Amino acid sequence: MINLVINGLNVSVEDGSTVLEAARFLGFPIPTLCHVDGLSPYGACRLCVVEIGQGPRAKLVSSCTYPAEEGLKVRTASARVVRARKMILELLLASCPQSKTIQDLAAAHDVRQQRFKQEYEDCILCGLCVRMCEEQMMAKAIGFRGRGEKRSIGTPFDIKSDECRLCGGCMYICPACQLRCTYNEPENAICGGCANLSPPCIEKDQFDDMMCYLDPCVACEIQKDK
Amino acid sequence: MLKLKSLDDFRTLQDRLQTGRDPDIPTIVIPAGTCGQASGASDIIRVAKREILAKELTGKVKLRITGCHGFCQIEPSVLIEPARTVYPNVGLREMALIVEAVAKGEVLTDLLMKDPQTGEQIEKQDDLPFFSKQVRTLLDRNEKVDPIRVYNYLEHGGYSSLAKALGKRSPAWVIEQVKDSGLRGRGGAGFPTGLKWEMLAKQPNGQEKFLVCNADEGDPGAYMDRSVLEGNPHSIIEGMLIGAYGTGSTHGVIYVRNEYPLAIKHLVIALRQASELNLLGKNILGTGFSFDIQIVRGAGAFVCGEETALIRSIEGKMGEPRQRPPFPIQKGIDGKPTAINNVETWANIPVIIDSEAEAFAKTGTKNNSGTKIFSLVGKIRNTGLVEVPMGITIKEIVYDIGGGPSGKAEIKAVQTGGPSGGCIPADKFDLAVDYDSLTEAGSIMGSGGMIVMDENTCMVDVAKYFMHFLKDESCGKCYTCRKGTQRMYEILDDISAGKGTPEHLDLLEELAVVVRDTTMCGLGQTAPNPVLSTLRYFRDEYLEHIENKRCPAGVCKELIHYSINENCVGCQACVKACPEDAITGEKKQPHTIDAAKCIKCGACRSVCKFEAVDVT
Ligand SMILES: Cc1cc2nc3c(=O)[nH]c(=O)nc-3n(C[C@H](O)[C@H](O)[C@H](O)COP(=O)(O)O)c2cc1C
Ligand code: SF4
Ligand code: SF4
Ligand code: SF4
Ligand code: SF4
Ligand code: SF4
Ligand code: FES
Ligand code: FES
Repeated sequence: MINLVINGLNVSVEDGSTVLEAARFLGFPIPTLCHVDGLSPYGACRLCVVEIGQGPRAKLVSSCTYPAEEGLKVRTASARVVRARKMILELLLASCPQSKTIQDLAAAHDVRQQRFKQEYEDCILCGLCVRMCEEQMMAKAIGFRGRGEKRSIGTPFDIKSDECRLCGGCMYICPACQLRCTYNEPENAICGGCANLSPPCIEKDQFDDMMCYLDPCVACEIQKDK
Repeated sequence: MLKLKSLDDFRTLQDRLQTGRDPDIPTIVIPAGTCGQASGASDIIRVAKREILAKELTGKVKLRITGCHGFCQIEPSVLIEPARTVYPNVGLREMALIVEAVAKGEVLTDLLMKDPQTGEQIEKQDDLPFFSKQVRTLLDRNEKVDPIRVYNYLEHGGYSSLAKALGKRSPAWVIEQVKDSGLRGRGGAGFPTGLKWEMLAKQPNGQEKFLVCNADEGDPGAYMDRSVLEGNPHSIIEGMLIGAYGTGSTHGVIYVRNEYPLAIKHLVIALRQASELNLLGKNILGTGFSFDIQIVRGAGAFVCGEETALIRSIEGKMGEPRQRPPFPIQKGIDGKPTAINNVETWANIPVIIDSEAEAFAKTGTKNNSGTKIFSLVGKIRNTGLVEVPMGITIKEIVYDIGGGPSGKAEIKAVQTGGPSGGCIPADKFDLAVDYDSLTEAGSIMGSGGMIVMDENTCMVDVAKYFMHFLKDESCGKCYTCRKGTQRMYEILDDISAGKGTPEHLDLLEELAVVVRDTTMCGLGQTAPNPVLSTLRYFRDEYLEHIENKRCPAGVCKELIHYSINENCVGCQACVKACPEDAITGEKKQPHTIDAAKCIKCGACRSVCKFEAVDVT
């Protein structure tokens, strides 16, 4: 067992636990975006930062990837943490304003301004889809490509992947993209729901662009024009 | 090649080589690193060889091809030993004359360097101000050895540090020496090398341990590591062997960027020679100690120089940093304990073992021992690689070694540490160059880039340049690094285009601090340095751009205008230079620029001999 102190409270957690797990065990809320239980930690969004260490050596680390260490002192909501979180949310809002997940997070953290040039991106490169595909769907159909500004998600060489079984897992888990298939009942939809439609889809105009990942569309077998 | 079966075999060979050598035979030394070759060294080497053969001077005049000596400006150059006469910018015809003169023991005074101030001729390399203030522990050896001849290296004491370590001492002694020497890693962060090795040596479950030489050198404008690899590859191999003996490591990897073909070639040759001599591989020199080294070529991404990204790249994965801890010392290549050191760090190891810790620590200052190589570039008269003792002031480097500004404009800052570093203004040039002082001043030592800037350099533009580099080179994993660098660039770009507002400065600073705080690896954590340091020392320049929409240095295109003043004599040189036909005027009459056509390329200003073109 490893003993650490979070916001002044002692906690013991199992070897190999992360700081996030320890904090959650104590009930301290830490917002996350690129972390989902059941997928391996990755550390992309940086929203889960907490402050560790003392004095001039104090620093922020991503709690979802940082291992719980013996004697570690963690602050989950120091001024420095809050400032960083708000800036991250402001950046996210500036790039992905249409995402419900991001809107909710921004509202919950009292982000009231957005000072950057507005963009409309449909991916924040959180990597959830990649991990979902590899770790839960055992498909490894999609991955990261490029670096810096050119980084993107996709299949190798951008050709349709034979590994992809059109399960829709990637769309289901995505916090930002609008590709998630919701049929025409967003509240009830599970991803890939269209595949279970019978008779085959006759209301395809309602799907509009939603099913672009499913190519050809499983339900109506309509080839979208490229 | 001879296989050395024992330490005695080795000593016998080295003695024989050393006594066999006659230092008095005149030798023509031609530096032919990548830099030298680019300026024509290969051709003058061919001429030298031809002349020596044609004049039947074989045996009387020797020729040695070496790696880079560091004074870029005078390449291709020729050094004559033992007199140490140096000839700058040697052409083919001059080379033939030099061979003849060397054979006769003469000096060709017409071809010597001239002192820029006094006009006096300087014969000896060591009398050139560029060289005289340096302490060239490592670069000196670039002059002495031919990198593809291992006997040459042995002749100059090569591998004797290894033999010393293997011979009478224990691994603990090696680590003790490196610790006591005070050597700090030359790759940027300045972590004490001895401490790192001690941790590696103490790693439990260490059946296999890795040592890595980090030769990724991705900073734009930095080429210290390249020159050492090209010029003295055996010193890296020897350093790694000593490190392996001290730490009980079993495998070595040299991670070198693919853009360094000559370095790779020389390393491959050196590794083969070392193996053939039984200085590398199994049962080295019959002592029972084994270690092998393999070369891995990097794909040339800046971020692959970061330790954890480098390890992943060596493992054949995408070069992307990961969370530390666990540190590479605990879990590195294939999960095995791994210590990574920079090229220059490795090159210092044989020096430490040879002279021993106490003597090594005499150079430099208390917490910053030894020398450091810098690549001195920018608006300075003498550009090149300079090796100086730690703790020397910036002023000494810039004015004594560098010879001051290259043009009429005053020097206003130096940028150290590459894209992760910062700018230090001229009024702080008394600052000692060491890890701690530079960090305190808001910059870093980094791997040794030093860019000199004068009044014609715009600090907003400098910050923008580095941010452009970083936004492309960020691996893109951390949202705040990827997006943060893009947004910082965007704001800087707006400011440089006259679209900045005072609020932009606050936002820029706020964002910079968050990027520094929330990113995973050193790239993101230092990415705001160029912005923060220029804001700290050159805020006025930012404000000029924002409030008065003016670029004081005359760089930011959107904010400047070209015009012709009354100095114009109507020579029409600018008219020919202008790509847009924007300049009109009668011969011998003052000319004018049509602002609507002008694309602000600056061609007119650089051709005008009468200082008649103004930038405002
Ligand atoms: C973005 C980034 C790039 C780096 N590039 C290099 C490099 O090109 N060469 C190098 O030796 N170290 C580089 N480093 C530092 C290494 O991570 C590491 O600290 C160093 O190789 C350790 O060697 P040392 O202790 O001998 O300095 C880089 C670090 C970062 C964060
Ligand atoms: S739909 Fe294809 S790419 Fe997406 S998770 Fe399923 S298998 Fe992977
Ligand atoms: S597509 Fe969605 S899940 Fe995948 S990386 Fe982008 S934002 Fe994350
Ligand atoms: S800080 Fe930048 S370079 Fe480093 S891991 Fe994060 S995104 Fe990649
Ligand atoms: S080059 Fe200079 S002096 Fe000559 S015409 Fe142009 S502005 Fe006038
Ligand atoms: S700056 Fe360039 S385009 Fe403008 S007048 Fe001079 S030469 Fe012509
Ligand atoms: S949740 Fe930890 S970095 Fe995204
Ligand atoms: S002389 Fe070799 S780098 Fe300039």
